[in-house]
Amino acid sequence: MSEQAITEADLHAYVDGQLPETRRAEVEDYLSSQPEAAARVHAYRAQRDALRQHYDPVLEEEIPASLLQLAGRAPVAVDAKKQPFLSRWSLQRFAAGVAIAMIGGAAGWLGHARYQGGDQMVHMTPLPRQAAVAHVVYSPDVRRPVEVTADQEDQLVKWLSKRLGTPVTPPKLGAIGYELIGGRLLPGNSGPVAQFMYHDSTGQRLTLYVTTENTTNRDTGFRFAQEGPVNVFYWIDGQFGYALSAGIAKSELARVATAVYDQLEHK
Amino acid sequence: MDSSALQPELPRLRRYARALVGERAAADDLVQDTLERAWSRVAQWRQGSDLRAWLFSIMHNLRVDQLRRPGLNTLSMEDEDCVVPTRATQSDRLELVDLDAALARLPEEQRAVLLLVAIEEMRYAEVAATLGIPVGTVMSRLSRGRERLRLILDGRSPSTNLRVVR
Repeated sequence: MSEQAITEADLHAYVDGQLPETRRAEVEDYLSSQPEAAARVHAYRAQRDALRQHYDPVLEEEIPASLLQLAGRAPVAVDAKKQPFLSRWSLQRFAAGVAIAMIGGAAGWLGHARYQGGDQMVHMTPLPRQAAVAHVVYSPDVRRPVEVTADQEDQLVKWLSKRLGTPVTPPKLGAIGYELIGGRLLPGNSGPVAQFMYHDSTGQRLTLYVTTENTTNRDTGFRFAQEGPVNVFYWIDGQFGYALSAGIAKSELARVATAVYDQLEHK
Repeated sequence: MDSSALQPELPRLRRYARALVGERAAADDLVQDTLERAWSRVAQWRQGSDLRAWLFSIMHNLRVDQLRRPGLNTLSMEDEDCVVPTRATQSDRLELVDLDAALARLPEEQRAVLLLVAIEEMRYAEVAATLGIPVGTVMSRLSRGRERLRLILDGRSPSTNLRVVR
């Protein structure tokens, strides 16, 4: 039989029923001769019972619908067979010339950013990198690429707008061959950001990453960045930062970026 | 993970969040954030491991992030300053003491341990794993939290009153 001194931890384990049988008897012995300790044990028990009594009713409360919906969200089935009604190839050729001009500009901007980027950006992940990582993480996901699917677009818009604290709507890219799959909420540098995902008839996915974290109040034109296999076009407009990412050619991506930009501009 | 797997955990997540955070809306926001993060990290959950412990540790990490943002912390402490002195005391001995207010006066780290042990009935080792701290730390926080709560409920103020707001 062990004769170890009774410790503070023993007293708590005794209260919580986490002591082995033999040790429990020793603690009981000890308590019978130590009224101060016995009073504390009694108080701790009462505390525990009061806490349970006080918070257990939460278990019976009706659970808010938003939580139920979020908890039971069905995995997304992606239908890659949907055909867009307009061929994108003709449009792409047309846009290629425009895009090449734009890339020159974007490269210039990128260099500009490199030289300026010493100040407050140091500990922040730059927008194109955040967007590219999010793209790489979520776009290959077959079962659950998005949190809310396009067939619940209203809910998606409402939810993301609420979480970002400002209205955000996914641009409609059907005319250039990309359909909305859905969207999700992600953690950005300092708060929530939104990601919308699209795909074309071949299943090629692209993502539009929308942040409201811009505080520099410096609008930019298109910039282009390459993060591994992912090409990113990004720009800043007021508090918003937008980044369009995909593993597709710059020219094609530039075409989409132009369409996105135009729609956001003319909202 | 099955899409319906999280639903049965909701009542307990809400109960713990309510006790931890105090205020209903803020607590449910924490649950919502927990679910969102759980789905976004579902790949990290190992099949067959304890889903509830995983969810609680996600909630804990989110809460730590929340508290690191000074704005939020300051707000809740100011709230607390207003509530405690003005609450009615005449019914203390009849109706229980205001447990919400008393709990809110514990440091968050002690409150979390106390609640996981007392309400969630977790083993000490589970608490340690959930919060990412050694078992020894669980025991010392439990001990200090319980003693502090006892003094508060007895109407004796524990040594230091409110934590310093950063």
